[in-house]
Amino acid sequence: MTDCLIVGVGGQGTVLTSRLIGIAALKRGFDVRGSETIGMAQRGGSVASHVRIGRDISSPLIPRLGADVILAFELCEAARAVPYLKPDGLMIACDVIVRPAGSSEMFGIDAVSRYLRSSLAHIRLLDGEKIRERCGARGMNVAILGAALSSGSLPLSMEDIEEALDDRFDVARAEANKAALRFGARMIADAGLKSED
Amino acid sequence: MRRMLLMGNEAIALGALRAGVTVAAGYPGTPSSEVLETLVKERRDGVYVEWSVNEKSAMEVGAGAAMSGARVLVTMKQVGLNVASDPLMSLNYVGVKGGMVVMVADDPGPISSQTEQDTRCFGRYAKLAVFDPSTAEEAYVMIADAFACSERIGRPVLFRPTTRVCHSYATVTLMEDRDVPRAEGFSKDGGRWVIFPRLAYANHIKIEETLKSLADEFSDYPGNILSGSGRLGIASGGVSWCYVQEAFRGVGEEHRLLKVSTLPFPVRLGEEFLRGLDEVLVVEELDPVIERELIFLSGVLGLNITVRGKLSGDMPNAGENTPDYVRDAIRKFLGTSGDHAVTSSKSAAEPVPPALPVRPPTLCAGCPHRASFFAVKEAAAGHKAVFSGDIGCYTLGNALPLDMVDTCLCMGAGITVAQGINRVEPDTANFAFIGDSTFFHTGIPGVINAVYNGADIIVAVLDNSTTAMTGGQPHPGTGRSISGAPARRVSVSRVLSAIGVDDIQRVNPFDLPSAKAAVTRALAGRGVRAILFEGECVAVSRKHENRCEVDEKICIGCSVCVKRLGCPALSIREKKAVIDQSSCTGCGLCKYVCPVRAITGGEAA
Ligand code: SF4
Ligand code: SF4
Repeated sequence: MTDCLIVGVGGQGTVLTSRLIGIAALKRGFDVRGSETIGMAQRGGSVASHVRIGRDISSPLIPRLGADVILAFELCEAARAVPYLKPDGLMIACDVIVRPAGSSEMFGIDAVSRYLRSSLAHIRLLDGEKIRERCGARGMNVAILGAALSSGSLPLSMEDIEEALDDRFDVARAEANKAALRFGARMIADAGLKSED
Repeated sequence: MRRMLLMGNEAIALGALRAGVTVAAGYPGTPSSEVLETLVKERRDGVYVEWSVNEKSAMEVGAGAAMSGARVLVTMKQVGLNVASDPLMSLNYVGVKGGMVVMVADDPGPISSQTEQDTRCFGRYAKLAVFDPSTAEEAYVMIADAFACSERIGRPVLFRPTTRVCHSYATVTLMEDRDVPRAEGFSKDGGRWVIFPRLAYANHIKIEETLKSLADEFSDYPGNILSGSGRLGIASGGVSWCYVQEAFRGVGEEHRLLKVSTLPFPVRLGEEFLRGLDEVLVVEELDPVIERELIFLSGVLGLNITVRGKLSGDMPNAGENTPDYVRDAIRKFLGTSGDHAVTSSKSAAEPVPPALPVRPPTLCAGCPHRASFFAVKEAAAGHKAVFSGDIGCYTLGNALPLDMVDTCLCMGAGITVAQGINRVEPDTANFAFIGDSTFFHTGIPGVINAVYNGADIIVAVLDNSTTAMTGGQPHPGTGRSISGAPARRVSVSRVLSAIGVDDIQRVNPFDLPSAKAAVTRALAGRGVRAILFEGECVAVSRKHENRCEVDEKICIGCSVCVKRLGCPALSIREKKAVIDQSSCTGCGLCKYVCPVRAITGGEAA
């Protein structure tokens, strides 16, 4: 079984990402359970989607130290999610920081990255600016999903997710998302950063 | 049969269709809204679905349909039930012919609500049976049982999922539709549907009898489960039951477990559970309902059992449960070592996380409410003013830097609360902000009250043409029905003028000078004045044209735009303002506040 936690800031597409994983896993014949943050927090609050793949899972929420893989669309949310990762789990985080509206406080990418690297054995930080350039801000979620697939931390293939994208979107949007998916996958593959598990 | 990945609310809708629902009504409210949205998408021929103007209307539409023999689903969130409680209390006495399920979603946490009320307690107060599912797949099956039960006893029943059931999802195996006979239609039945004291007395006796027999029957209901053995027992229900199971996963321990999914409490099953136990831990959310039942039953049976839970202080009496908390509480109760314990003190070597931002929910970039609040704030500066708010996205206007919501109580209350404040402090300008959907929901009587009693308030209707906070549902002012079909549009301004508001101004909030002028004019008047701020919700219109940009050469990095507006698209990077092009809608509000006119683009001048 695989427990996957997806975290970010409301509006970054955690719900869509978990749905894509869920639909693909269902098609593969897995049982899926999970939970979404829907409601007030979607207006720029901290949000988390829990996706649990496998039989005999009862809780829709992943317990602490339970996630095999964490996908983080924002760096501070990645830091908040640290207690949920298994000791041998993998975190894939995008190194952008979304500052709360109106706040002039600085949350430094370096400080947060340092914290993540020192607390986790397996972490891949992806260049958010680069993803944004290539895939747009809205392609970020799918790009990170691509990175997760390429790292082998989900029991799904690229084709599984591509099919889910085809089911969900019209041709133009599906293709744009597939491009983002492949871009994210390459970011992991090119760096030779195959996950060790 | 077909397996599908369904969100709890989707499972409830499909389960209701399977059970033969033909009339459904409700008012949006997190976490309940997706039920009707799914129903309308998946409905078959002959199924009628509506967004009602409020929960009371939905309940009454449902009552009429159920009196006519149709299977009826009514949906709302827990606080909506407060609004609908009047018809529901009496309807139980009158009874129904077709099965009627009232789906009320509770919100432990609370995550998106103003109270942590427990609908199971309402069920007891109103003398209604309650079904309490733990998962999406259980909800799918259970809602059909709820329909069957309601039809059999001839009374409405409550169906009470919580947020983590509504917004969780699971693999659900769809089943064959149930065979449900067509609604017979309304028959007068010699006054059966007219509530009179004598009828109420006679039916009260019947209700008590029904509840008594249900308490026995429910002991055999498959949703109420007794398992295991030992001298320590754990009782649970709702999503907490899943956390209990999670705690025992792979542990291989045997303990006596009780899952309670119904009220009336399954007494026989409860007795079987209790006999032979020394101690019980009750794991549930919101009120200690199962806990009280077990304490009561121990007393009736004369059993000397310690029941631990919220009342004993062993479990928290507010907020939602988590799998971690439940696991730790169970370990503690069983006295087993904390090999999994997560809450154990951290080792000193572990790195300390840097300060992380708190993220209160915020109005979207380009939200018309921000512009409206800003216009009022600017125009009312220097006046002694109180800003009463209401329920909706615009409640978020209370956050800094806008700080424009001084009160928020319940749906429709802002207009009337403002009147009360004004009676005590007549020299303050009293603004009441209310959204369009909330205006129709329960705002109108408050305005009539103001007109009739000669109040001195300014009603600011924030008309964004949708019910935004709950995901953009249509309402009477939008000219669309739940299915998207055209509907007769009810005009806010014509309603206001019909109920005696003479001073009505309509403005585009993004035209800041005109909006401010309207507020200034209203401030100079007396009596009931109304300003309609008309600007579409950007989450619905999704327009992102003509975005604004900062001219770096002109920007002096004063951060006035960031600090005064709180627009999430605006930030300061390397001493210059930057506008995030993926979220900016080009509303142009920031152009007005920039002291050196460094911002270009956008709609308004
Ligand atoms: S959803 Fe609409 S009304 Fe709500 S904050 Fe966003 S733009 Fe404003
Ligand atoms: S124009 Fe200015 S205030 Fe409006 S959405 Fe864009 S950045 Fe925000």
